[in-house]
This record gives sequence, structure tokens and C-alpha cells, in this order.
Amino acid sequence: MKFGVVRFPGSCDELDALAAARRVGEAVLLWHAERDLQGVDAVIIPGGFSYGDYLRAGAIARFAPVMEAVAEFARDGGLVLGICNGFQVLCEARLLPGALLPNTSLRFVFRQVELEVADADTPFTCACPPDRRLSIPVKHTTGRYFSPEPVRVVLRYAPGHNPNGSQDDIAGVCNEAGNVFGLMPHPEHAVDPLTGSTDGLSIFASIAQGHVRQHVLA
Amino acid sequence: MRARVLVRPKAGILDPQGQAVERALPALGFSGVANVHIGRLIELDVEDPGQLPRMCEQLLANPLIEEYEIVEDTSR
Amino acid sequence: MSASTSSPSRHRQLGLTDEEHALIVERLGREPNNTELAMLSLMWSEHCAYKHSRRLLRRLPTRGEHVVLGPGENAGAVAVGDGLALAFKVESHNHPSAVEPFQGAATGVGGILRDVFAVGARPIAVLDSLRFGEPARSPRSRYLLERAVAGIGHYGNSVGVPTVGGELQFDPSYEQNCLVNVMCLGLAPRRRLIRSAAAGPGNVLMLLGALTGRDGIGGASVLASAELGEADEHKRPSVQIGDPFTEKKLIECCLELLERDLLVALQDLGAAGLTSSASEMAAKGGVGLDIDVCRVPLREPGMAPFEIMISESQERMLCVVAPERVASVMDVCERWEVPATPIGSVTEEPRLRVLRRGTVVAELPTAVLIDACPLYDLHPIQPALPIYGPPPAELRGDEPPAETLLALLGSAGLASRRPVFEQYDPIVGSRTVRRPEQADAAVLALPDGSALAVAIDGNGRRVACDPRQGAADAVYECAANLACVGAEPLGLTNCLNFGNPEKPHVAWQLSEAVEGIAEACEALGIPVVGGNVSLYNESPAGPILPTPIVGIVGRLPDAAAAGRLAFAREGDAIGLVGRFAPSAAGSELAKLRGQPPAGPLPVKESQAVRDAQAKVRDGIRSRALHSAHDIAEGGLAVALAECCVAGRVGARVHAPVEVFGEDPGGAFVVSGPREAVAALGPVIGTVGGEELRIEGVLSVAVSALAAAWERGLARFV
Repeated sequence: MKFGVVRFPGSCDELDALAAARRVGEAVLLWHAERDLQGVDAVIIPGGFSYGDYLRAGAIARFAPVMEAVAEFARDGGLVLGICNGFQVLCEARLLPGALLPNTSLRFVFRQVELEVADADTPFTCACPPDRRLSIPVKHTTGRYFSPEPVRVVLRYAPGHNPNGSQDDIAGVCNEAGNVFGLMPHPEHAVDPLTGSTDGLSIFASIAQGHVRQHVLA
Repeated sequence: MRARVLVRPKAGILDPQGQAVERALPALGFSGVANVHIGRLIELDVEDPGQLPRMCEQLLANPLIEEYEIVEDTSR
Repeated sequence: MSASTSSPSRHRQLGLTDEEHALIVERLGREPNNTELAMLSLMWSEHCAYKHSRRLLRRLPTRGEHVVLGPGENAGAVAVGDGLALAFKVESHNHPSAVEPFQGAATGVGGILRDVFAVGARPIAVLDSLRFGEPARSPRSRYLLERAVAGIGHYGNSVGVPTVGGELQFDPSYEQNCLVNVMCLGLAPRRRLIRSAAAGPGNVLMLLGALTGRDGIGGASVLASAELGEADEHKRPSVQIGDPFTEKKLIECCLELLERDLLVALQDLGAAGLTSSASEMAAKGGVGLDIDVCRVPLREPGMAPFEIMISESQERMLCVVAPERVASVMDVCERWEVPATPIGSVTEEPRLRVLRRGTVVAELPTAVLIDACPLYDLHPIQPALPIYGPPPAELRGDEPPAETLLALLGSAGLASRRPVFEQYDPIVGSRTVRRPEQADAAVLALPDGSALAVAIDGNGRRVACDPRQGAADAVYECAANLACVGAEPLGLTNCLNFGNPEKPHVAWQLSEAVEGIAEACEALGIPVVGGNVSLYNESPAGPILPTPIVGIVGRLPDAAAAGRLAFAREGDAIGLVGRFAPSAAGSELAKLRGQPPAGPLPVKESQAVRDAQAKVRDGIRSRALHSAHDIAEGGLAVALAECCVAGRVGARVHAPVEVFGEDPGGAFVVSGPREAVAALGPVIGTVGGEELRIEGVLSVAVSALAAAWERGLARFV
């Protein structure tokens, strides 16, 4: 299982995502200026402030050369995970429906929140523990999810845990085909008992597991 | 020619920045203020103003959540 | 040479005294021209030259077995094992923050980050120490607090460096002069640490990073050398604007340049811009530098040479590169989208020359820029009369202890800082083992399984009561915070925030405080590896409380054993470790009761402090103890309450001492199995139940304690 973690100028959590992915498989960095995805099985677009969040968060990153390749990869059914800023990039790139708006509080919020898995039937949540909340940190200013159309909700903030006012307490969504997933919380910061909860690991494990299954079935 | 693009949140989308300013103004002694919305101004020199709408659709605004208005400054 | 010479009073307008001007003329053998005068006025300002404090700072102990970079470099550094060095420093950005708090605080973060990666270390953590006027009474102070916190969050979060700790306090004396001190830690393989000394005549001087504009012309330096008066609105255009995105790219670029061994020297640009950076690089290396202002990439047209030389535009670095490496340096910079421009060269003659279109427009020996500035002795006189008036009272003084405790926990000074630290990202980088409020110090994991600990502390009120003991206590308290997580202190950085040192009572505060810090550092064996001084924090209403801020870094061998402050288990014994002689002087309670700061403070027996800190440190390392928390502001009752609230569990104790008195640095509340606790000090109670009960004194539900504590600051932020 090989992950590719995209790195834009301004990405902050790419090394964290790399380390998390390496707990379940191999992982390499994908430089924004290059179109070569190096044969990865899944792409992660990490958190941070790509291009300084200029204009709108993710608005400029979506035009990076690597994103052309990622879009094609996604169209072909490849697995793409967008975390926080990555979620914003995927929405701007129209690989996911909806948009992320400024938090209702108008402030950056860092908080350990509890999530409910709304859809365990995706390649990103299939290995998540059933009937249990996931404790994963959020840290963002622009995380209020909005979509005028119905969407496939994958994760919701548990009651009382919505940190940004997103509609329907939505924390993460995927596309109709189920191969592109974006979430505001940071699962890569919940993989090590030394630094906090390990509930985020199940998302990476799901991706790896799905990959194994794919190969077994093929 | 010099163009200005005004980008503002679509009607109906919660605009907490606008609301915050709307609340702050009376506190400073200004009355009779309502309906405050906060957006963005983009100014640019363009050779072909016909390209502006596509520029707005593709980059300058996010049509899902924003409206844009193109104002061409023909005086320059 | 430029034709114009300075007008007779120009030097005074720029802040130089007549004597200083005469000294310049004598050393140069002529009048300086306008460009030279502008450069010298900044280099000889208090902020750059430390005129009033440099002699005093020699008192501080700077040697230690772990020190790898001492004072004098962009940041100090200590060895932390495994071939790694930890660079760290604290700096102030007080005056700019009072004028424009968001950008002042943001650029404060930017500046200290640059100091750290200028020595070759990757910034891995930031801490902030803030002081404002009373939030309950001052909308302006609430505004400054809100904007400064937003600015620190904006910059730190955007560059991807976690803000892992900090402190915040309030007092009327900070109303006109807020304090924004920022500390940064950086990690580097020892071999990658680089010095700023320029070397190799013929080598190329390159400017990296943002374009140069008119930001801060006469900014930080001028503002920091004069008390803020009525008319500081016109100083607003001098405030620098920070761009964390550019800084992020600059960090990655510089670290890669160092990793590839492409640089001879590296220096960041801060106060007094190119002038000070180039002067320091040249002076340290015993060489000279030629700078061609026409080659400096500008953001604004028509900038005069002096403007280019003193501009404080942010996110810029200077480096010295051998000519054959310039192309490689440009390649790396291009990849990171960092503008890089050769702007000059290293020369043999130790002078800084500014050229424009081949003509020399300024020429100053580095000795005149750096060494010739006169140092002034302080003339300390202990004040006969109190300097500070009584703070507004929030308590009458006859409230029952339970109510007093709730008032303390719910006061802006002691309440939960969650509304502030929730605006910071404490976890990016995946090293953070203890987040804010989990323990008394932040803990960051190192690759080999050990960890770093860091805390920042200061207590202006105690220093006002008794500058020597108060300042010593700040060091003891900070070291105590480290002991609570199991860490041994390795080095200290300090920022001395004081009023006008030309006034004898402030001079007295400053010299006594430095003596106190020196004594405590010697007693604990902690070297001072660097720091900062911010003077003239004074308004017509008077000086700020004398506020020395100290940051200490330490190491613990096992990250997984890092201590926590919460009571962990019902049935655990609670112990009091260390000698504790609480007194009302300088306490939070005295403040709430409207009492002005008045000493003296309890004297510390430094051996007793060392012993107590060692006991707690070892008890945590060995996992014999389940929790440790030092007794500081608010005294024993507040310390117990904090342990209960954090653990969401009550306690039943008997207090051997007065419960609201303070004596920070040498006394701790610990919990754990009875035998382990009893081995370190008297057992005073047991964890359990739903209330904090101090026999014969008070009994309050933990839920009530928590409610007061959670609301206390939140209502203002």
C-alpha cells in the first residue's frame, strides 16, 4: 500500500500525514509542481495554509500541476483523502460538492472533538470501530461546511461538538462514487498514544485494508 | 482597462463577519445600520474585459457561495 | 560621498544625545551625512545597543556543560542528546503591539522564528507571555488582548509551528504599555548550527525573502527608545506587516540551504533592518561589507538609500555565499519561490559601505556601528515611596474562604486560558506530548524517546514587592514547572520588561531583578543563553510593574512518563513537597483585595528548592507519582482546586498552612500511592469525592470550582 502526500508551498501537516500513513503502509511526498503521482495507491491532500490561503482557502492550490494528476486519478476511481486544507482544495477543485466557509465564531479553533461515523461503508471508514465515537482534533478558521445539494455525509460532529457551525454537523463528506473523501478534523494527529487519541488510525487503516481487499479480489 | 470585481457572500449564506460589524457599529454610536455584508475587492488591468466573467467563475469567486459584480473603470 | 550633511539638531530628532553625536563626529573624524546619521541613530538606540542594560547583563551566568551557543548569537542553544541541539530565545514586541496589536504580535512571532532558524534550527514550538490592563475595566485592553492573541495565532498557525504554552496576566500598570513576549524553540543536528559571522573577502552577500518597502522606517527601534505619549498615532505607519506564508517558504528554503552546506553565514533582518544585520555580520567576522542599494529588490519606488538601509520589512534574511555556490543557492531559492538577490560582498576593511550606482553614499567603520556606542551605568536608588497605586478591589476581605476561592479561580488572573489557547494550534509537528493545561510545562517528544520540556513565567507584582526575590522566584517557579513534568532544566532565556531606566527607582528595580535572576540561576545551575531587554515601558501614569520573563527548557529521559497536573485516581494520597512559607505579599488575593504591591517576600533557601524540585522530578520520572503541580499564584487552595478540576474529582485535605498565601518555586502538590507520596513529604489528604474539602476551612463542589474557572477569562475574550 503506497500513499502519496501532496506538498504545496504553505502545507503544514504534510509530514504528520506522511508519518501517519507510514504506520499502515509506504508513503512518499508529491511536490505540487510535478504531475507524476509515482504510482501511489491513494493520495492525501494535507492540512495547512497552502498558498497562504490567499483569495480563498484552497483556491490557488487546485490549479497546481499535481492537482491535474490528482483529478485524473480521482476520475479513474483512485482513492483521495483531503484533510482540512485538503478538504478545502477538493471542494474548490469540484472533486467534492459544497464549500467550506469561515467558522461562525470567526476565530481559529483548536479542539479535540468527538465524531460519529455516519457512513461506515466507504473505503475510508470501513475499518472504523462500529458504534463508537472517534476522538480527533480539529484546528481551523474556515471549516463550516455548506452545500445546497444533498451530499454523502461520512462523519458528523457528535451533539455539542460542532466547532464551526457547519450545516447538519457535517465534519466529512465523500463524492457519490465514494472514492474521494474530505474531512475537517485531523486523523493524522490521532495516531500515537504518546500525543493523544489513536482513533484517527482507523481511517488510514481503512484505506490500507480496502487496498488489500482490492488486490485480493482482482 | 482597469476593472474592479466585487465579490460578496451569496444571499442566504450566513455571514458572521457582516453580522459582527453590524453589531459593532451601534456600539460605536452609529445608528440606523442594517444588512451589513463583507466581501472582497479585486482590482486588475485587463486587455480583454470579455474574459472577466470567466475569470470570476473560475478563480476570483466561488460561484457556489459567492456572487460577483464586475465594475469597469472606463475613465482610465 | 553624499553631499548633504546633517542639520544641527537632526541627531536629536533621531534620538541621539548631543554627547553621542559629538562622540560620533570624533570617531569618524567628520560629521556623518544623513544616511549615516539615520543608520547610527538606530544602531545606537536602546533597542539595538542595549546602552543601559549591557553592563548589567554581564552579571548573568552563561556557562553550562550543555551550552553549545551562548549569548551573542541570534539564539542560544543547548545540547539535548542524540547529536541534537535545541536553540531558543525570547523576544519582546511591546511597543509595536501597543500601537497595532495584531501585526505587532504577529511580527513578534515572525521575528523570533527568524532568530531561531538563523542559527540553523527548525522552529518546533512557540510560547507567548502577555500582559494587559484590566479586562473588566478597560475595553481597550480587551481589544489589545483579542487582537494580539489573534495575531499570534494567525502567524504561528500559518507557519506550521505549534504554540504549546504561554502565560497571560493583567494589571492596571500595563494599560498603556502592554507586553507581548514570544519565545521560540528550534531543533537542529549540532553540525548544522551556523553562526552569523561574515567571512571570506570576495564572498557574495545575498538578500533572501520579501521585497523591501517602507515598513517600520524608524519603527521598532525608535518606538522602543521613548516612552509612548499622547501623539503616537503618527507612528502607526511605522508598524511592520507580517506575511507568514513567505516566512514558511523562507524557513524551508534556509534549512535546505544549510542542509546542503551552501552558506558561509546566515543572519535574520529585524530591528534596524539591513544596517543592523550587516553590521553585526561584519563585526562578528572582523570583516567589512559593501551593499549596493540599487540591487535590493524594492516594493515601493523611489526609496532613498537610508530608507533601504533601515527598512524593517519582514521575512528577509541575509546570507554570505562563496561565489561558486551562488548558482546552487539560487536554484534552491527558486524551488521554494523565495526571491534571492546578490546585493553586495564581503570586504577586508572592517566597515559597512553603502553604494548607489557605484557611488559610496555612506561609509561607517563597524567599530563605530557596533562597539563605540557608549554604555551607561544605571543609577539605582531604592524608592522611599510606593510606585504603584492600589489596584481596583474585587473583594472586601471578609468573604468566607469558599467564596474567596471561587473569586480567585474566577478572576481574570487565574481562570482557564482556554479561550486564548484554543486560538493556537499546539499539535502541528506531531511532537506535543503535553498540551496546554495538561501539565505545568509543555512537553515535546524527541526522536529517541526522550522529550523536551518548556515553560515561560513571570510575576510583575512580586517583583514590584521585592525585585530581587521576586525575580529569583520567577526562575524558581519556571524550574518548578519543569520538575512537574519530570524535566531537568538545561538553559534559560529571559526578557526584561521595565520602565525608564534613567529614572533611579526603575534602575533599582532592574539591577535588583538581574541580581535575583543571577542568584537563582547560580543556585539551580541553569545558564542564561540569551534574551532580550525592553525598556521605557512607561506612560505619564508611571512605569509598568517590573516584569522579568523567563523561559526555561529542559529534558526528560522518557516522554511517556511526562507528568500531568490532574489528580488521577480516587484513593490516591495527596502530599505537600518542599518548604512552603506562604505570605500575602504580592499575592493574587492581595490584588483582588485592592492592596498595592508591598514586600518583602519570603526568602528562599535555595538548597531546599533544589531538593524539592529534584524529589518531584524523580518521583514523576520513576512513575511513582501520578500527578504533580507546583503551588504558585493563588496559593495552596488554588493549586488543589486546579488539580481537582483537571481530574474532575474531589479531594479531602487538611492544610498545614494558610491556604491563599504564596511562595512559588519550591513547593508542590503531588498525588499517588500513599507510600510514594509519604516518602517525599507530609501526606495532607486523599483524592476522592465530588468536592474539594479543606478541613476547617472550606468545602466546595468541584463542579462549582470548574464553572468559575471556565468562565473567569472567557467572559472577556
